[in-house]
Amino acid sequence: MVIKILGTGCKNCKKLEENARKAVAELGIDASVEKVEDIKAIVGYGVMRTPALVVDEQVKVMGKVASVEEIKKVLN
Amino acid sequence: MSERRKFLLIVGVFLIAYFLPASDPRVKGALVESFAMLHEYAREHVLLCLVPAFFIAGGISVFISQDSVMKYLGPLAKKWMSYSVASVSGSVLAVCSCTVLPLFSGIYMRGAGLGPATAFLYSGPAINVLAIIITARVLGPELGIARAVGAVVFSIIIGLLMHLIFRKEERMRTEKDAGMFERDVEQRRPIWKDIVFFASMVGFLVFANWARPIETTGIWAAIFAAKWVIAGIFLAVTLVSAFRWYDGEELKEWYSSTWDFALKILPLLFGGVLAAGFLLGRPGNEGIIPSQWVNSLVGGNSLGANLFASVAGAFMYFATLTEVPILQGLIGAGMGNGPALALLLAGPALSLPSMLVIRSVIGTKKTIVYITLVVIMATISGMIFGSVWG
Repeated sequence: MVIKILGTGCKNCKKLEENARKAVAELGIDASVEKVEDIKAIVGYGVMRTPALVVDEQVKVMGKVASVEEIKKVLN
Repeated sequence: MSERRKFLLIVGVFLIAYFLPASDPRVKGALVESFAMLHEYAREHVLLCLVPAFFIAGGISVFISQDSVMKYLGPLAKKWMSYSVASVSGSVLAVCSCTVLPLFSGIYMRGAGLGPATAFLYSGPAINVLAIIITARVLGPELGIARAVGAVVFSIIIGLLMHLIFRKEERMRTEKDAGMFERDVEQRRPIWKDIVFFASMVGFLVFANWARPIETTGIWAAIFAAKWVIAGIFLAVTLVSAFRWYDGEELKEWYSSTWDFALKILPLLFGGVLAAGFLLGRPGNEGIIPSQWVNSLVGGNSLGANLFASVAGAFMYFATLTEVPILQGLIGAGMGNGPALALLLAGPALSLPSMLVIRSVIGTKKTIVYITLVVIMATISGMIFGSVWG
């Protein structure tokens, strides 16, 4: 599973990345967490309100910092 | 932070401390000024102004459906509609400056196009609620209102000009995606309930900060005498509507986003206040920079002063809201009202780092034209404002 965090590098994006890593660790699944900071690539996903969470190229959360619990739900 | 950077940081702090001319009267005075200014902010602006403003900003980001605004910025919306929505939507969409650029790129690349996108880019940072409230409170209602109105009006003009200048190129570029802007909006409650909720919060903010008028009789004095009663009523309405109409989950989101704003903005603002106090001092006092310098560069309302303020503002980076204490220091040191507005209009909209991001999205040529337009517009509005309000 490939998880991508879309965001231009502000605080919320870092928080979301942190939560995503925690969720992956707590679930104990095999997934990589990557960051996408290029603004054109972000818009390419159809996302305008950052931060956003993309799982296997599908936008799951956008415009807010999802909590660890919420991300776990999305990943399951 | 890597060990190397930690080391360099410590060496840097050590060198500053080592060579600090601590007994120099100007440095002493500036240090006292910076804490005096922080004291003034803590006393005057935090409890009644900043705190309610955080609650309002938090409420906007949670209770107002941003998706319902977005559809007017999509490729299918009527042109005049996208311009007018783009010019004012910063107040609900861009509560934090780091959200402006992704929205701008989205509107430009997939939505209504270059014109509305630039209109949004320009007005967004200037008309977010926190910025307007703090500007009006600290720098006076005239500058606060001029900032908001100026940003909206000039954003439309700049947007239209950008559209006209690059009309040919724009026709070539078609990669619209209406779906991105049309999302299902769930109506959680009738709109008037949201309006009552926000209006009562704004009412509390306005009346709690009602300034003592110079006259002792008349309508303004009467309002001043009753301000706590009126503010109390608004506060009661806010509380009742919040607890009656919003469920526990929504309220929790509201508190947490309010808290996020406070956490994000307070340290920046207080840092900005300390820096502004140190460099420029409170009105009537001097910081480390002599007032004559400020006066000779941006005093009065000459073309040169306005232009200098616009250009300096365009390249300088202001962290959210720090433009306000810095301007307060500058005005205290002799900056004219016109150049102050010019700086407010050019400053938060542009900075060297944001220029680089904008360039990566719309290319060098359009970026240069945009920056030039912003500088010219800010200068003109500064001149007009300065000659009216002197």
